[in-house]
Amino acid sequence: MSTHRDAKGRPIVAVTGLGVVTSLGQGKDANWEALTAGRSGIHRIERFPIDGLRTTIAGTVDFLFDEPFTAPELSEKLATLAAEEAVTQSGLGEAGAFPGELFMAVPPVEIEWPQRQELAGEIEGDADYDGLLRAAATHKYKAMHELFLFGGVADHIADRFGTKGSPISLSTACSSGATAIQMGVEAIRRGETQAALCIGTDGSVHAEALIRFSLLSALSTQNEPAEAAAKPFSKNRDGFVMGEGAGALVLEDYDHALARGATILGIVAGCGERGDGFHRTRSSPDGKPAILAMQDALADAGLTPADIDYINAHGTSTPENDKMEAMSCTAVFGERMAELPISSNKSMIGHTLTAAGAVEAVFSFLTIAKGRIPPTINYTQPDAAIPLDVVPNVARDAKVRTVISNSFGFGGQNTCLVLAAAPEAA
Amino acid sequence: MKRDVVITGIGLASSLGEGLEPHAAALAAGQAPIVDTESFAPYPVHRLKPLELDRQIPKKSDQRQMEPWQRLGVYTAGLALDSAGLKEDAQTKSELQVIVAAGGGERDHAVDSAILTGLRGMNETGAFLNERLMGDLRPTLFLAQLSNLLAGNISIVHGITGASRTFMGEEQAGVDAIRTAHARIASGQAEIMLVGGAYNAERRDMLLLFELGGFLRHGDYAPVFGRHSNPGLIVGSAAAFLVLESAERAAARGAKVFARLDNVVADRSPRRAAGAVEASLGKLVAELGPVAPFALAVSAATGIAGITTEEANVIAGLNQARRIATGDLLGHAVEAAFPASIALAAAALDAGHASEAIVTGVGHWRGEGAAHLSKA
Repeated sequence: MSTHRDAKGRPIVAVTGLGVVTSLGQGKDANWEALTAGRSGIHRIERFPIDGLRTTIAGTVDFLFDEPFTAPELSEKLATLAAEEAVTQSGLGEAGAFPGELFMAVPPVEIEWPQRQELAGEIEGDADYDGLLRAAATHKYKAMHELFLFGGVADHIADRFGTKGSPISLSTACSSGATAIQMGVEAIRRGETQAALCIGTDGSVHAEALIRFSLLSALSTQNEPAEAAAKPFSKNRDGFVMGEGAGALVLEDYDHALARGATILGIVAGCGERGDGFHRTRSSPDGKPAILAMQDALADAGLTPADIDYINAHGTSTPENDKMEAMSCTAVFGERMAELPISSNKSMIGHTLTAAGAVEAVFSFLTIAKGRIPPTINYTQPDAAIPLDVVPNVARDAKVRTVISNSFGFGGQNTCLVLAAAPEAA
Repeated sequence: MKRDVVITGIGLASSLGEGLEPHAAALAAGQAPIVDTESFAPYPVHRLKPLELDRQIPKKSDQRQMEPWQRLGVYTAGLALDSAGLKEDAQTKSELQVIVAAGGGERDHAVDSAILTGLRGMNETGAFLNERLMGDLRPTLFLAQLSNLLAGNISIVHGITGASRTFMGEEQAGVDAIRTAHARIASGQAEIMLVGGAYNAERRDMLLLFELGGFLRHGDYAPVFGRHSNPGLIVGSAAAFLVLESAERAAARGAKVFARLDNVVADRSPRRAAGAVEASLGKLVAELGPVAPFALAVSAATGIAGITTEEANVIAGLNQARRIATGDLLGHAVEAAFPASIALAAAALDAGHASEAIVTGVGHWRGEGAAHLSKA
């Protein structure tokens, strides 16, 4: 059997399975149909009371549970559904025995208000933390421990899918999903594993989570109509809209996939990441870290800016991100930016936070496979300061072989992936 | 490609103090631990020896933007950079990749207590909760307690613009952080990395999660491997950061090498049956290859019933190894427990206490890890 290597002599990282859940629905077909129809999954929040909130909309996933649930429970459910779809498509391994490692982007978890109230109900007097500790010491609430461990969700996924080794739970804020993919790529390139299950999941829209972002003035407050609030790259953009979802990818050594006759959906050709020491929530005004992350990803893939057919934008719809991203893309792609399509899935699904990099990587591979670019919806007021081809409002047919997908996050996290069509059979 | 990986910087801070000196002294002398059994009674806690924050975090505005675990981590990362001679090396800091094992999730106790008390007896709680959270939450608390913002603050305060990744998942996050950093350098994917974790034990909200599961020891201090009658973990505030570097790079810049990090391995046993941890950890230690007699065995064990004995059994299988429990010196520092154990092992090798060291770690709920270090 011949051995294939990339331009740098490393194993090629193939994608053999994709799965996704968002507010648009469960599975690739439902999501793709909605995305290319320009339909929004953002709606008025019904999960919890919205009295007194400045933002009352989100792209929550509301079709999975009938009973109340916690963020880790929803995050786990979303991840399970996306991973089932991806693993089934890949045909890799036996059920419950995935022959590779698990890299998982999970939202940081903590004990939530209903559970805190339950503990407070156990004690008399002031409900302070000494009291909560006394309630905990009764050991009547043992299940809360496992529920709210940082490593709990990934552990359960590892159990369910039978992944090998020590599962990684990671966070790089809003670029976490892309980092999970990057870690899978690195492990396969090192030859440590021949397959990796990479997942980004986020089901953490609850009142306090929303209020935290609201207090940082990060969210859109244009609540009516809900589906028009996320408007990346528009002049009237005023913040992001929280979303939920999960994306899962089965990555596999290309030769391993070929040898078992798997359908190769594409390759992760390159990854780039840079830190930004400028500010906790704001990007360097010169966009340098984002520029370098894109350039690193291209260099890692052995490609040049001319090879990119489409940019799957981070495009959060915040005034600052979209300006910085547009400027950084112009720095990397130069005059080509006037005609290089760039669109933001977040205009329809909101910002799925921890999951975004993985969800948008799945959509990028669908874009390549289908030859159709999902639009940036709600683009009615172009921003003259950032003239871009955002594929406004209507999906567009286009031959797309190579995509760069951007993810940027709080804490100076910048991760870019170069995703490409499967190589011609060799 | 499999390259040698060496430790060229160590930052440590705990109840014993900061830097290598007090920790090396405690390793050598078997000093009595510094445990406070009053402040968080009935939970004993190894409290951090206060730091002069200005020495590593010069701007007060930066200090104010962080919760104590972030400050502790940023401070200790600075110690590691100083130790490696990299603090002023802008070129290296622009390439330095960071992996942080982090928890987070600190709460505002006064706000939580007032809200919980106010919620008592209410039927429709949502509007009240929204109003109080909108009014009472400090906007900056979110960032001060967000897991990946320890790495973010390390980047801001120390001017590191290489990329960072944050691993979560309690003790195993610390194991996997060291394992991944080692693997990336050994394989040529990176040249130099800053890796570690920080844990602030002096918080009732952090104790709460462990107490829910029944994992905390009540009462007085006892050594990690001597808690049979009253098992459980005793937490300690501690942080450890290491600069890992390819041996070639370290040699080229004439860096001091504390120890060689030969290998790091990890796994996850489902722990459905007694003996699962011993089998898993035993297999990992075997994967590390032969260990010379009289090696040092540094254990990040928790003191929890069953699994601590299973870990002890694995260590007892090493030929005449000298066993040290990190928890006896620093307390259990959760995400930082394994990095701190690696740091202690490297310090001991550097001081000539042994020529090889094995580090083991078994998470309080999940995860097993092991590492092999050699004298440089």
